[in-house]
Amino acid sequence: MIGKVAITGLGYTEFSAGSPGTSFRELTYEAAAKAYNEVGIEPKDIDTFVCTSEDFCEGYSISDEYCNDQLGAVLKPVQTIPGDAIHSLAVGTMLVLTGQFDIVAVQALSKLSNMKTIPNMVNFAFDPILNRPLDEHYSYVSGLAMNRFLHDGKATREQCARVVVKNRANALQNPVAAYAADLTLDNVLDSEPVSEPVRLLDLAQVADGAIVFVICSEQTARSLTDNPIWVKGVGWSTDSPSLESRDWGNAVSTRLAGDMAYKMAGIKYPAREIDLAEVTDEVSFKELEYIEALRLFEPGRAGLALEDGRTTRGGDLPVNVSGGDLGVGHLFEAAGAQKLMEIVLQLRGTAGSRQIANAHTGLAQAWRGEPTTSAAVAILSNK
Amino acid sequence: MELGKFKLGGTQLKQSDIDRGKVLTLAQTPDLEYAWDDGVAIGRYLEELKNGKIIARKCNKCGRIMIPPRMFCELCWRATDEWVYCKDTGTVNTYSLCHVNWDASRIPEGEPLHLPALIHIDGASPGMGILHVLGEVDPDRIKIGMKVKAVWKKPGEREGSITDIMHFKPLRAARKKSKKKKSGGR
Repeated sequence: MIGKVAITGLGYTEFSAGSPGTSFRELTYEAAAKAYNEVGIEPKDIDTFVCTSEDFCEGYSISDEYCNDQLGAVLKPVQTIPGDAIHSLAVGTMLVLTGQFDIVAVQALSKLSNMKTIPNMVNFAFDPILNRPLDEHYSYVSGLAMNRFLHDGKATREQCARVVVKNRANALQNPVAAYAADLTLDNVLDSEPVSEPVRLLDLAQVADGAIVFVICSEQTARSLTDNPIWVKGVGWSTDSPSLESRDWGNAVSTRLAGDMAYKMAGIKYPAREIDLAEVTDEVSFKELEYIEALRLFEPGRAGLALEDGRTTRGGDLPVNVSGGDLGVGHLFEAAGAQKLMEIVLQLRGTAGSRQIANAHTGLAQAWRGEPTTSAAVAILSNK
Repeated sequence: MELGKFKLGGTQLKQSDIDRGKVLTLAQTPDLEYAWDDGVAIGRYLEELKNGKIIARKCNKCGRIMIPPRMFCELCWRATDEWVYCKDTGTVNTYSLCHVNWDASRIPEGEPLHLPALIHIDGASPGMGILHVLGEVDPDRIKIGMKVKAVWKKPGEREGSITDIMHFKPLRAARKKSKKKKSGGR
């Protein structure tokens, strides 16, 4: 990357299945206040704000108009990204690199407990003429993708279930995770079938929560904190929306987003240079699909790596130590922010009982969920 | 869609073409439900409306008494400090005479207009108030700066909503004089 950009402040709420009694504004305010306090700044010190929201999730048209107050962004330059929070980090990073903005706040929020008809909302993301008339629950797309993935020999059904066991157990060490659980493989394999081969426990459950980052230029980062986490590279990509002709079983957009970020970060051998990764596991098999697409494991080897314990907390390339979407909760557009947050905590050495030793470079990847093909990747480092 | 007196070039598509299936379309109505958590500040605000009272939240740094209340001051960037009751009277900051319903259908001639107004509430800081409607008033006699008072639903009918106030009516004068004239309120 041309210049250096760092994540200096981080604030977050706990993640929970619901947050009754707290408005979406109050949730973001809590995260923002914590992030700004961490680096001793106030909104007047912040040059511009990047928010993350999707109108249908929020239940507001032009929901970006409702993001300012709780960030201290009233009458300031502010914009909203209707994408994943990693897209927002990429935008924030570019704003700093222009040299016109020194300190940028990046926000993401999930208040999905307030959205009472999620299947209807996701159905609205499908092509109205070609796909919606079929009237299927959106998980069928995951079923199609998982079946193709298994058919192509990318992993076994048991390995996919093992992702769920690992990640929900990882969440037991994460005090803000919503869905920590001690499960067995049989719990997953015998859970209620949804859109086979996808079963109930293969799917992440919705959670609420807010996350705010403060990012800034190198000089300012060094004056604000002793432990800046550098944004080494960002990448993003979207495949054709067509369900009829996308490359099933191959996460092409994640592959390209990863390659873009690696190139920017100067990473030639991801499997050796990345110390830990947080990737989408909204549906169990996605974790295996993505870590392969991101070149962290050889094709067809991700499931074996999981069985060998290489992606567990004590392994040589831990994946979703936070608990992932399965353990922390499915945060929709804020998903990438939770992944970035975990990498930041790990690279700072402040991840508590789930701290990974000697972590220097981490990768965060997010996919925007069914039926999208949008992926975004960020590479962070403490060096 | 008929364009009235405006004439455009080309062959116009008519509603009847669509109705007769000459042009294929697919209609779908979104079925989306939300239940927004009102939170600490707005939760208390609505609770007090149910009690027939208007409550604000004060920031001791800038001194603003804010309606609708909020748990943080968006200008000072700090938690707000105390609850303050306000009066249910105020001043019309601005208003509009609406000849259309929310869906853009026209209000039939002779029926009351909608009279949305921004009411600056007595006891709150300048610029703070309630967006509501005016009633029991002759639309021609509404003035910016006019003093108004909340007309509440009966206690048993209130449900913790801004519609617990039916409308604001003039404190004096400008009252509706004749039943024949257009008047506000729903």
